[in-house]
This record gives sequence, C-alpha cells and structure tokens, in this order.
Amino acid sequence: MMRGMSGIIYKEFIQITRNPATLVIMLLIPIVQLIIFGYAIDTEVRNVRTVVLDLDNSHESREFLNRFRATGLYDLMGQVTSDTALEAEIVSGRASVGIMIPAGYGRELAGGRPAQILVLIDGSNNTIASQTMSTAQTLGIRMSIERVSPRRLSQAQLVDVRTRFLFNPDLRSAAFFVPGLVGVILFLVTMLLTSFAIVREKELGTMEQLAVSPVSRGGLMLGKILPYLLLGMIQMNVVLFFAQFVFNVDIAGSLPLLEGLALIFVFSSLGLGLIISTVAKTQLQAMLISFMILLPSILLSGFIFPRESMPLPIYWISALLPVTYFEEILRGIMLRGAGMEALWDETAVLTGMGLLLLAIATFRFRKTVG
Amino acid sequence: MARTAEEPAIQAEALTMRFGNFTAVQDVSFDVAKGEIFGFLGPNGSGKSTVIRMLCGLLRPSGGHGSILGRDSTREAEAVKRSIGYMSQKFSLYPDLTVHENLSFYGRIYGLGPKLQPRMDAVVEQLHLAPYLRRSAGALSGGWKQRLALACALLHEPRVMFLDEPTAGIDPVARRELWDFLYELAGRGVTLFVTTHYMDEAERCNRLGYIYLSRLLLLGNPDELKGDPRVTPSAARWLEAGLDGSEAPMERLSAMPGVEDATIFGNTLHLLADNSVDAAELGRLCGGLDFREGAPTLEDVFVRLTRLAEREQRTS
Ligand SMILES: Nc1ncnc2c1ncn2[C@@H]1O[C@H](COP(=O)(O)OP(=O)(O)O)[C@@H](O)[C@H]1O
Ligand SMILES: [Mg+2]
Repeated sequence: MMRGMSGIIYKEFIQITRNPATLVIMLLIPIVQLIIFGYAIDTEVRNVRTVVLDLDNSHESREFLNRFRATGLYDLMGQVTSDTALEAEIVSGRASVGIMIPAGYGRELAGGRPAQILVLIDGSNNTIASQTMSTAQTLGIRMSIERVSPRRLSQAQLVDVRTRFLFNPDLRSAAFFVPGLVGVILFLVTMLLTSFAIVREKELGTMEQLAVSPVSRGGLMLGKILPYLLLGMIQMNVVLFFAQFVFNVDIAGSLPLLEGLALIFVFSSLGLGLIISTVAKTQLQAMLISFMILLPSILLSGFIFPRESMPLPIYWISALLPVTYFEEILRGIMLRGAGMEALWDETAVLTGMGLLLLAIATFRFRKTVG
Repeated sequence: MARTAEEPAIQAEALTMRFGNFTAVQDVSFDVAKGEIFGFLGPNGSGKSTVIRMLCGLLRPSGGHGSILGRDSTREAEAVKRSIGYMSQKFSLYPDLTVHENLSFYGRIYGLGPKLQPRMDAVVEQLHLAPYLRRSAGALSGGWKQRLALACALLHEPRVMFLDEPTAGIDPVARRELWDFLYELAGRGVTLFVTTHYMDEAERCNRLGYIYLSRLLLLGNPDELKGDPRVTPSAARWLEAGLDGSEAPMERLSAMPGVEDATIFGNTLHLLADNSVDAAELGRLCGGLDFREGAPTLEDVFVRLTRLAEREQRTS
C-alpha cells in the first residue's frame, strides 16, 4: 500500500526547497503571525482617546480627571470648550470617550450634595464601550464611598457618573464588525484577484503574446484592473445590503460618500495587487505574498482589536496599512454618521497611498512586462 | 527565391543579448527577404527564441539591432508590432476560453474594429477551425491548438510571421498540413521565420541559419550549406552503402583512421571518408558492403559544424 511513498516524499522535499522565494515566505508567515499575536493581540483595552469638557475647572474636577487618567484606560488628550465640540470629536472618530464635568460640580460636592458627571461613549466598538463604561461607573462609586463619612450618611451616590452611548446603544457586536468586514473583503478581493489575474497570464505565457501585440502598457494595466474594481464595488454593495437587511446595521451617514471613498481606497489595494503581480512568478507566490499583507491588515487595522491599545511599534505598522484608514472611514460613515468634514485626514492619507502605490505599480509593471 | 536588392523583411545586425554575465546571443547578423521562408535551427538553449524576442521588440538587445520591414525593433516597436505575427514556443492562448472567444479577444487587442468579423471568418476558413469554434481551447489536441494559435497570430494580416518551434510535439499529418499552410502564406507574400529541430522541415525552407552556443555558424540555402567546404573537406568525400539487414560494424568504423561521422539512415550506412581510404577496401573491412559516392545531408551539415565549433572552443 505504501509502495513508492519514500520516492514521493523525496521529490516533494526537493521541490519545496527548490523554490527559495516560496520557502522564505512560508517561513516568514508564522513569524509575522507570532509577532502580531504575541504583541498586538491583547484584549486588554488601554489608552482610549478621551476628550474633556471641564466647565467647573475646580480642584475637585481636576482631581476627578486625575483619577480617570490613573486607570490607564483613558488617554486624556485634550480639552474642548463646548458640548457640541465634545460630540464632534467623537463623531469624527478623533476620540472615543468624552467626559463632561458641569459647572458647580466642586461646589455641590463640597456641600455634601450629589454631583453628576456625564461620560459620552462611542458605542460602535463594543469592547471599548463596555470597558470604558464600567470603569467610569466603578470610579464614580469608589469616589462616592470615599466621601461618605459616618457623620454624613446619605442614600444618594455623591459622585454620580452617568454614561451615555452615542451610537449603537445596544452595543451589538454586528454593528462593529460589519463595517470592518466590508473593508477587509473589499481589500482581499481587489488585491488578490488583480495579482492572480496577471500572474496567471505570466504562467500561461499569454503575457508574452500580449506584449507583442500593439496593446499599450496603460491599456493592459487598466484593462486588467478595471474589471476587478467593478467586482470589488459590487461585492461591497452586496455586503452592505446583507448588513442592512440581515444584521440590521444601517448606514448612518451618506451612502454616496461611502462609495466615493471606497473607490479611492480600492485604488490603493489594486496598486498593491499590481505590485505583487510584478514580484510573484507563480500564483502560489502571489497568494503567499498577499497573505503576508492580508494578515496584518485584518489583525492590525482596528477591524478586530482597537489600535489605541497596541504597543507603539505595532501601532506604527498599522498606520502603514491602507485598510486602517478605510476602516476608520467605514465606521465613521456607517455607525457615527460622519460626513466628509470629519474624514479629511483619512481621505488624504488614502489618496496619497493610492497614488504612491499606483505609481510604483505602473513603474514596475512597465519594467517587467516588455 | 532570388535575393533582390529590395529592402529585407527581417534584418538582424550584430544582435547581441546578455543576461547578467551570460551571453545568450552573440553578434548574430542575417537578412530575410520578403516572401521567404527562413528556417532557424540550433540545439536547445542556443539562443533561437532570444533572437526572435529581440526582433519582435520584446527584448531590448544588449548590442546591435534588429529591424522589420525597415523599422527598428526597439525604437519603432509599436509599428513593428502591428506588422508582425508571433507564435511563441509555448502554447499561449487562454485554455478556459473557446476557440471563438480566443479569436475575438486577439482581434480586439489588435483593434480590428469592423474588420474583425470578416477577418475571423477568413482565418477560420483557411485553417478549417469552423467545427471547433465552441470548444474550449484547452480541450483541443496539439495540432489544433497550433492551428488556433496560428489563426490568432494571422488575424491582423501580418506581413512577417515568427513561428517558434510550431511543430514541436504534433503528429506527422498535422505537421504536413501546417507546412502546406505555411507555403500558402509564403505564396501570398508573407515572410516566415520558423525555428525547428526537424531536418525535413529545414529542407523545406528557402534559406537556413544555424545557431550554436549563441553564435550564428551558418547561413544559406540548403544546397549551399551541403556544399560548404567545412562540411566536406577537400581531401574527403561522403560514402554510402545499403545494409540489407546486415548489422553495421559501427564500433569498428569509428576506430578506423580516416573515417568520420558514420551514421545510419534507415537501411543506409552513411559516412565521411578521407580520400586515402579506398571504398572497395572499406567495404571488405565492413563484411562485404558495397560503398558508393554520396552527398552530405543537412543533418551532416549541422553535426559536422557543431563538432568543429566544439573542437574550436576546446582549443581556445
Ligand atoms: N530572460 C532570461 N534570463 C536569463 N537567461 C535567459 C533568459 N531567456 C533566455 N535565457 C537563456 O538564454 C539561452 C538561450 O535561450 P533561448 O533563446 O530560449 O534558446 P532556444 O530558443 O534556442 O532554445 C538559454 O541558456 C536560456 O537559459
Ligand atoms: Mg526556444
């Protein structure tokens, strides 16, 4: 039954080691995975970007904020001066938590009367939302207990921390993962299919046949990427449709804006696909290289784990991935109803990345085909 | 075909191609006249396909230049591409597309526009592809794949065709039909550049080039090549003897002084003997064979020149 097995094993190993590029990538993938899982994937939430509206500006309010900061959960990154600004920071995605201390907070407490504090929380990421909510409330209870003295027993909670979720009030996880999934799927399809489509022609030998034809490099390149651009956009809309009617994740913001920004994003992933196709010699290699990019794009883009909680080096790696910015845009538009004015930064970065990647792709494509 | 003073269809001038520090093609020059069938021969890896790629504008030569119908293959690559048809060594059509789809794809690539349909009808008719139009290209047999490849390469009516080993691996009938078709094309004034390993195909060409270890060793029509003094040294001649079922004493022959390149074609023993070797004597030594004067074959030409080149290389 096992006749000839040793011969087959012998040949397989020769073939595996004969292709150094494939072997290197095969060995790199587990290392990349290990680094990501070891360092980046840490379900503990930290450094949640928080803005403060301190209308009291008293000794007590500052003490309260210090207690917040001391938890390590909130990264108090700045003050705003109005409640509309506070909300705008969260809608734009620049902050996930907003703390509002009303005027008179210190005076009420000093008088032994209960005082309220409002904590606004971006509910779109339910991990961040539930942790920041429970920590804020615990903090309030703890501070209340500290202030309770045997002489002044009171039923009411003195430091009354009220939390309010701005979006996704039921903290449904679908609301968080569906927009993320849209981004990852769009990325996967456009990058993988483009690189495959070109490498397959190289493997078949048809690329050479095309190269002797009068088809221009630009015509060849655009002809290769436009169908996959269309396919990617159709796929995104299918996912959006299902998100809406199966998972009840509505698009809070403007759909045309979402489509427009998705188009910008797709150019960068098509560019990546083209670059891969100029590097890879076989479809297997193209798949492995795509996987190397895809893995961090899924794990580090904020799709699964909040970026704020990542160690700094990993955070910077995630800043190099186009998907990261698109995920921001998707969540902004779909969950928080963000408009263009809140998404300029991400759009600018994505446009820059797209242009750069397409330029590199065009240059490399010219050199390898022809 | 008579060589005219007219501008050549294909011209290679000192073409050289280096890949890193490996020289794949060294100083290759030749002309091919319009309407000629030029056969390009040489062992595997000698540089045939690389020469074609340079002439087609696929590779930029490291030295020298090629031109097609007077246009430079590198500088005027776009014009050159419109005037040539190229059938690469490897079957390079889309196996998952049908015959019809492959044809209309290439027609579009060449921008045939309204001429697409009549041109498709014409090549389908010429190559008898009609019964296979709906079949996927990957499911065709070797000979029909080559016909389809030829049909695609002919859609835009190229005036110069490059065929890189078009008959490798196809059966004798398909081979014969393909050559009949090539003659038809040449008759219509299309210039054909064909690489092959088959001697009978070489005999069918108007002119031949033989490349060995990246250098062009020989150039001429089949008869000129057979008469080349390097093939038949002045102090030697080719002898032949019918074997009639008896075994040829090959080992004894190769040890014999003055006898070279002994080989067997079917029932005939064929060798190059020094003039000092007496034919009757040789016949007796071989157990009663009857030798008579023969002529070198094209195979003799290539074998001898390859041996000479090898020897030259070893001494230098
Ligand atoms: N792109 C390339 N890079 C490096 N070496 C090449 C390349 N193309 C061909 N060669 C080498 O050049 C030599 C000639 O190849 P080729 O022209 O294909 O030979 P032929 O067609 O006569 O069999 C071979 O040794 C081949 O390995
Ligand atoms: Mg070849």
